Amino acid sequence: MKYDVTIIGAGITGSCIAFELSKYDLSVLVLEKENDVSMKTTKANSAIIHAGYDPKPGTKMARLNVLGSKLTKENAAWMNFHYKQIGSLVIGNKEKDGELIDALFDRGVKNGVEGLKVLKTREEIEAIGEKNLAPDVNYALFAPTAAICSPWEMALAYISNAVVNGVTLKRNCPVTGIHKEGDTFTLKTPEGDFESEYVINCAGVDADDVDSMVEKKAFTIKAVKGEYYLLDKDQGDLVHHVIFQTPSKVGKGVLVSPTVHGNLIVGPNAQGHDDKEEVRNTSAGLADVRTKAVRSVPSVNFFDNVRNFAGNRATIEDYDDFYIEESKTCPHFLNFAGIKSPGLSSGPAFGKEAVVMLKKDGLVFHEKKDYKRYSLPTFVKEMKEEDKEKLIATNPHYARIICRCETISEGEILAALHSPVPATTIDGVKRRTNAGMGRCQGGFCGPKVFDILKEELHLPFDHIYQDREGSQVVVSQTKENRE
Amino acid sequence: MIKKFICIQCPRGCHLEVDTETLKVTGNSCPRGEAYGRNEVTHPLRTLTSTVKIKGSDIPRCSVRTSSPIPKEKMFDVMRELDKVELEAPVEIGDIVIKNVLGTGSDIIVTKKMNKAD
Amino acid sequence: MKTLHVNLLIIGGGPAGLAAAYGAYQAGERDILIVERDNRLGGILNQCIHNGFGLHRFKEELSGPEYAQRYIDMLKDTSVKVLSDTMVLDLSSNKVATISSFENGLMKVEAKAVILAMGCRERSRGAISTPGDRVAGIYTAGAAQKYCNIDGYLVGKRIVILGSGDIGLIMARRMTLEGAKVLADVELCPYSNGLARNIAQCLNDFDIPLYLSYTVTDIIADKDHKRVSKVVISKVDEKRNPIPGSEISFDCDTLLLSVGLIPENELSKKAGVRLDRRTKGAIVKDNLETSIEGIFACGNVLQVHDLVDNVSAEGEKAGRSAAEYIKEGEKVSATVSSLPGEGLGYLCPQILRKEGSEENVDLFFRVRTPLKQSVLEVYGDGKLLKRIPKIRLVPSEMESVRLKRSELAGLKEVSVVAKEVTR
Repeated sequence: MKYDVTIIGAGITGSCIAFELSKYDLSVLVLEKENDVSMKTTKANSAIIHAGYDPKPGTKMARLNVLGSKLTKENAAWMNFHYKQIGSLVIGNKEKDGELIDALFDRGVKNGVEGLKVLKTREEIEAIGEKNLAPDVNYALFAPTAAICSPWEMALAYISNAVVNGVTLKRNCPVTGIHKEGDTFTLKTPEGDFESEYVINCAGVDADDVDSMVEKKAFTIKAVKGEYYLLDKDQGDLVHHVIFQTPSKVGKGVLVSPTVHGNLIVGPNAQGHDDKEEVRNTSAGLADVRTKAVRSVPSVNFFDNVRNFAGNRATIEDYDDFYIEESKTCPHFLNFAGIKSPGLSSGPAFGKEAVVMLKKDGLVFHEKKDYKRYSLPTFVKEMKEEDKEKLIATNPHYARIICRCETISEGEILAALHSPVPATTIDGVKRRTNAGMGRCQGGFCGPKVFDILKEELHLPFDHIYQDREGSQVVVSQTKENRE
Repeated sequence: MIKKFICIQCPRGCHLEVDTETLKVTGNSCPRGEAYGRNEVTHPLRTLTSTVKIKGSDIPRCSVRTSSPIPKEKMFDVMRELDKVELEAPVEIGDIVIKNVLGTGSDIIVTKKMNKAD
Repeated sequence: MKTLHVNLLIIGGGPAGLAAAYGAYQAGERDILIVERDNRLGGILNQCIHNGFGLHRFKEELSGPEYAQRYIDMLKDTSVKVLSDTMVLDLSSNKVATISSFENGLMKVEAKAVILAMGCRERSRGAISTPGDRVAGIYTAGAAQKYCNIDGYLVGKRIVILGSGDIGLIMARRMTLEGAKVLADVELCPYSNGLARNIAQCLNDFDIPLYLSYTVTDIIADKDHKRVSKVVISKVDEKRNPIPGSEISFDCDTLLLSVGLIPENELSKKAGVRLDRRTKGAIVKDNLETSIEGIFACGNVLQVHDLVDNVSAEGEKAGRSAAEYIKEGEKVSATVSSLPGEGLGYLCPQILRKEGSEENVDLFFRVRTPLKQSVLEVYGDGKLLKRIPKIRLVPSEMESVRLKRSELAGLKEVSVVAKEVTR
């Protein structure tokens, strides 16, 4: 069979495009090289839906950010991924940063960002609830449309909707070569060859390598690593908005923000490097994040840390926009590349953009008649007591708690194993349910989730993975094959 | 020659000194410590704990131990003996798994009550 | 929603909760409910299959499961009820708990008194911000212990352990016995944080090197970014900063963490119980009552213990106190505050009642750093009450001093100081 469109990569970009295409009578294939969706940049970023005052007016980035942020809000409401419009502040000191903050305001207005306001005194800033900022902060750009979200839930919600509406998702399926003959692309994978009329490259940090399968490399992706702290919920109400620092010549600064799950996120730094797979934390990087963060919020207690992580942003050097272009030498091959910040915020707008580009390219769109909407399940702990009781009455597994730190039930974990895009690993369960996300970081529930995976999916012990394919949790059985 | 040991007989962890010729023990706070110190020089003993496979219960391993300390150098040999055993639930604490394991005079006994799974 | 009414609700059926039930029962209370999240009583003792438990309490050396069974048996044929496989989701200051289980769904429990006995959890990698790759092969020692002793799996073959807490030491021996190779135990402090006898029988017996004043400075993944392939350790200076050039690298597939325990007080916080920032447990009176009348705390949720025998003693005491409270109500008494002085990490209980049914008041604490030939001094309002010489004091061993309640008369504040004796 020949697909109409094949999307390479199931991060936020690929997932959102798949979702948009799934509304139409098209055959769509998504090829993901990892064993789950949202495994790279999408799962390791600041989790911010930016308002859109930052990109240069007139750029794709500016347009797609503002549109994407609106669509994210609309879709979060029915897709049911965690999203909270808490607003953001770019903070500074009037004398030092006033001009820059005013310029950001102007830029935002040009980009069509709604509700922007410059807060010109310490009192105004404190009046919206920010009492823990550094003492010299007395000037800020307030963007009420900025929001926080759970990025992996967001990607999952989009790709699940796509799958529910007939899109084929293949995980563990890296594209190793692309061949074009006439109007037909042939994509080589370990699962065999797939044919497609159009190909959309959403391969994130690997997008340049994928592009070079069809043409002389049109761009080069540079991975820029950002490191983060995720602090305990005890620190979660230190600030109530996304707190950005005024950008300067040395960089964008680090942000301090509550997360949708009630933690506090602090980061990132920015470090260009060559290994696109590498997302390690370094003492120097973490120290850099700490030093910068306390300039905004001096009372952040880094001893209350739950987890550090790092993610790579896919940037193209000397190119300050998303690289969204059809290949000049290979028609019907569309690049969605260089999707750095605000990529997450722009996600749903990428879908719209792809439709426009494909239409222009001759693909015919008919809306699906039986289009279905799929919502992620609500966490049981977030339900009203009477709804909890009803759910438990129908399925008592929802009353057996597996993750004690986050209060996640067996029922939720089982549901995640049988969802449209099912979890297959311990971290896959974590991303879908929050089990293992809390203070003990899976110390207690890890072995229990292991058992559930083993029983429910009938997996042998050495095929139960922490995260990436092959990342075994246990290596052998006791009392067997002693060396 | 004087040898130094940390007594493992109780959590106190006394710092013992034992004269290898006269077997005189100092630094102990109790008679158990004195005996331990002397044994450490002549024939060190350890209680060995581990698990063995079990069928028919809710979990696949049952904890066991030696009923009395065994020669330290035999620990790994006894571990290999434990690899060969498979119990069947139910079992009670004190049930003998292996009698006089490897001729040490010590039995391997069950240390966890395990019921038959429904 | 169905509501149960009980006199005494005990949250947690580990060693503390079991002992609390026993203590309350012995003191005459008959309406007791233990709620346990696991499907078996005994808590963490079920996976602590090593020996060394019970020398104080039962005058013999038992393994963890045997020790737990003693208490389970002591409660057999009593009126103490148990709901296992049941989680307490919420606790209010007026002692109403919401509980959840497969068997019974959601229920409320209204109690006259509550004993908190939820135990503690292990600090994870995040808590100490260890740099490096984030891949499979990094576990807390307790998680590895559960996989090994309960589920029958080895988490790795070549192991480095960070931290020399008792669980880490016990797991060094366990992994070695079960067929893995333990390459090193690495400790940030210049001294071990486990009991001396565990250093002897868990590390020395198996020639496992202990690196004091070292920490893990890098975790390196294999080329596929799947699992740990190398752990790098570095020596640290007095301020615990890594010294460049001192790195030692180990080829291994696993890093186990034994870097401290934290009382698990999320429910206590929901109920509004005040916590001590030093112990991370509740602030309690000497009868183990928290800042909320009728809510008591014992075991590792109150203060992290090193001996289960002490947990049991504390549990039984909390049980007796709760039984007395149910029978006689809250007794008003003038109080004395107790404060850790020089050399002490904390002091518990934090509030001492001048009147109480028990003649003695025991104060528990740990020293901050190891002290050689030393002395414990107890002060009342700055005046020396007691002087107890000690051969040595180490942070890994909980210490206590006993005061007669009559000694508290007329005092406002008691403090305990630990220091080396200079000759």
